[in-house]
Amino acid sequence: MPETPNAPGAPAGASIEAEALTKVYKGSALPAVDAVDLTIHAGEFMTLLGPSGSGKTTTLNMIAGFEEVTSGRILLDGDDIARLPPYRRNLGMVFQNYALFPHMTAAENIAFPLRQRKVGRPEIDRRVREALELVHLGEHADRMPTQLSGGQQQRVALARAVVFAPRALLLDEPLGALDKKLRESLQLEIARLHTELGITFVFVTHDQEEALALSDRIAVFRDGRIEQVGTPAELYERPVSRFVATFLGDSNVFAGTVRDGRLDTGWCSLTTGTAGASAAGTGPAALVVRPENLRLGVAADPGANTLSATVTDVVYQGAFRRVLVRFDGGGAGQVRDTAGTGGAVAAGDRVEVGWAAEAGVLVPDDEPAATPEPEPAAAR
Amino acid sequence: MRSARTLRRGLAVFGVLVGLWLVVPTLIVVPISFSGEDSFAFPPSSWSLRHYTTFFTESSWLTSLLVSLQLALIVTVVATVLGTMAAFALARTSFVGKGTVDGLFLAPLIVPGIVVAVAMYAAFLGWGLVGTPVGFVAAHSVLALPFVTVNVTAALAGFDRTLERAAAGLGASSFTTFRSVTFPLIRPGILAGALFAFVTSFDEVVVSLFIQSPNLQTLPVRMFNSVTNEVDPTIAAASTVVLVISTALLGLASISRRNRRHA
Amino acid sequence: MAVTSDTSAPPARTGAPGRVPPPRTSPRRVAVRGVALLAVPAVVVLVVFFVVPALRLLWLSVTSPEPGLGNYAALVTDDVAVTVVLRTLGMAAMVTVVCLLVAYPYAYLMSLVSGRWRGLLLAVVLIPFWTSLMARTFAWVVLLQDNGIVNRALDTVGLGPVRLLGTTAGVTLAMAQVMLPFMVLPVYTTLRGIDRRLVDAALSLGARPVVAFLRVYLPLSFPGVAAGATLVMVLSLGFYVTPSLVGSPQQSMLAQFIAVQVNQLVNFGGAGALAVALLVVTLVLVGGVQLLTRTKGSRRATGAGVAGGALV
Repeated sequence: MPETPNAPGAPAGASIEAEALTKVYKGSALPAVDAVDLTIHAGEFMTLLGPSGSGKTTTLNMIAGFEEVTSGRILLDGDDIARLPPYRRNLGMVFQNYALFPHMTAAENIAFPLRQRKVGRPEIDRRVREALELVHLGEHADRMPTQLSGGQQQRVALARAVVFAPRALLLDEPLGALDKKLRESLQLEIARLHTELGITFVFVTHDQEEALALSDRIAVFRDGRIEQVGTPAELYERPVSRFVATFLGDSNVFAGTVRDGRLDTGWCSLTTGTAGASAAGTGPAALVVRPENLRLGVAADPGANTLSATVTDVVYQGAFRRVLVRFDGGGAGQVRDTAGTGGAVAAGDRVEVGWAAEAGVLVPDDEPAATPEPEPAAAR
Repeated sequence: MRSARTLRRGLAVFGVLVGLWLVVPTLIVVPISFSGEDSFAFPPSSWSLRHYTTFFTESSWLTSLLVSLQLALIVTVVATVLGTMAAFALARTSFVGKGTVDGLFLAPLIVPGIVVAVAMYAAFLGWGLVGTPVGFVAAHSVLALPFVTVNVTAALAGFDRTLERAAAGLGASSFTTFRSVTFPLIRPGILAGALFAFVTSFDEVVVSLFIQSPNLQTLPVRMFNSVTNEVDPTIAAASTVVLVISTALLGLASISRRNRRHA
Repeated sequence: MAVTSDTSAPPARTGAPGRVPPPRTSPRRVAVRGVALLAVPAVVVLVVFFVVPALRLLWLSVTSPEPGLGNYAALVTDDVAVTVVLRTLGMAAMVTVVCLLVAYPYAYLMSLVSGRWRGLLLAVVLIPFWTSLMARTFAWVVLLQDNGIVNRALDTVGLGPVRLLGTTAGVTLAMAQVMLPFMVLPVYTTLRGIDRRLVDAALSLGARPVVAFLRVYLPLSFPGVAAGATLVMVLSLGFYVTPSLVGSPQQSMLAQFIAVQVNQLVNFGGAGALAVALLVVTLVLVGGVQLLTRTKGSRRATGAGVAGGALV
């Protein structure tokens, strides 16, 4: 197998394209991955995000070569690798449970891919040392995996997956087994590695915060298909469906029917704004408003929406307060109140909640059953 | 990936062959036992129940079957009672030298059968126990005890002692606690141990070969002598009977064990 | 629960805790000592009918026919004894290798397939545990005889007839079948515990499947292999019934040789020395493997195997 020399400064990442990629498991009627088209640019940090069973991990496993492709193509820099066995794809892979070889030391684990490539002994030693330095584990070279903490094990796994200079790194929920604090520090580590190595990262997670924090772009998976691909900001601010809107971040969702450019929820009529109106057309739709775009108090500009509500709970969260409300007529909502714009509100207070027309995004209502229930706190 | 599929297919074929190797020699005695001939030819050219008739009427076969059944029953009672008591003592107490006692209870499992047989034979010769019922009961009880203690100890280990404390806290005496709480919960373990004890005695060959006498032979000893000394097709019927009895009991034991796990 | 029916019993019987100062020997201590006494009858039976005979045999081995270590010296000087010991070691090693070659792929297959098939494969491999040893050995005598099924099968494919009954090949075939479960169970227990993602990881790092197997999977399965191989070796060394009936007196193994010493030559000293030697080798092998594979899984596997050992 030819080695890929990682000349400094040269763009080392490879582009990965999935064309009509499909996986149907034997004995299953529904495809696990259904004709997915996805282009991952060279050097990009692409996150495959979705709930469990949405097909993101299957897609990654097909790229890695662990799952046989039912149909479709996988192009690595234009070459179809879909029929290539995993050991000839030259892609780094990081597993959720680290998958470190328990009978080898950290250094031996990292040397493993170099040995497979018949790299010379001194060269192996040098590159293993560099890789350990890269993940700040220089002094742990001779530890067995069981002597390392979870975070250290995952860093060894990262070093092992990049030591042979692969042109892309696949990460399968690599932080899933770690606690929150460790997860955040390793997120930074992974982001730094991406910048330093300049290779393509394909990252699978079901954690939307992780996806927003790390990715250049995110592909949101749902039921074996890609619902939307875009930068974190695009997905957050311009979701194409109620599913994407609710999966990424908190939202206030007003479900109803679009009539004459307004949304009729059955208990109020709302200005839809212009942004997503064309996407929704007429019929069942949902207006999505992020909590930080809601204001306590009557909205000043014309065309804005204002609803009367009762405060059900106020949750102090440090930098902001989460004000939970129950709108007159139905539905619950939440307002992210920074700097106390509404003054001191307390549960039971009557408030006006408003937002600018363009703050709302109108999307097709793809899950009408999931009408937002009032928060449990409202019972008080 | 294609090679992975080939490997799986090859392994499946291999698994079937190994399965045949394990199953066929075990079951082959069944059709032979219904043979109408005086040979071990397979497949038999005629069928009859004559070997069973011989087995259940000729005194040397029938006596050894009855000896084996009686012996196994007595051994089961002795080993189950003593073994259960011992399992309690070992699971519930700690004392100096307990490790040695634990080892003592496993030793008959680890020491090769021929060593046990020769040692017992030499001792029993001196004590006049060779060829006696007492000798057989003692020898088989030693071999059966570990199975009872292992099973009952396992049952006790998986047993929540707070239940006993709860019972005691509710005013039950220790005997009442044992009868109404402890015993019902470890009963499957005791039952499994008893069944293993029965089968251990019923199937035992090596020690029995040494301490037998012409007047007192167990069925496996009678079978062993039959294979070495004579060509008597009755042994096929004997094998089938033994197979059915021991397999049925061990099946019961494993069901009983499984129940314990779910208890 | 049955407990509740006893609530009517007077609570005074157990005594309220902390109300009376604890007596010097607390009732609890007495109860504990009482429970320990429950082991006495079983210990007596084991000591009288197992430990004492074993020590007597050890004593005989250094006193009969004359005091000294002559019986042990004979183990390495007497040609017949040396031949038998070497033959036994060779047979046991061969049975162990055959079992390993059969059991490893079989256990691997068990670790691959889904629940129901795994149950079937396990049931099949446990058949030797579940059936009478005498019945099975007799079956092998029938199968291996000169006009038996095995020979006729060999004949149809043009390989036979071969003499099997009374030969090393026949004994190996029969013994390996009896021993197979003791190899399959520990190996399977270990294989089941190996994370399959490790093989995936090796592949993703550029290892060809053969290399991934040799460098990752095989080393990780070593504890089970060691446990299984020791068990089969140990059980084969002392195996009596099958070699006696399927093999020939001219090719006797250690256990048969011991039996001949006792039954025909009434040489308890010599038999004792052989038995002690066999026991020592057994204990060293079992102890060695316990030390070597100090992992929970293999310990359990060894335990299960040893527990089944007495059925052979």
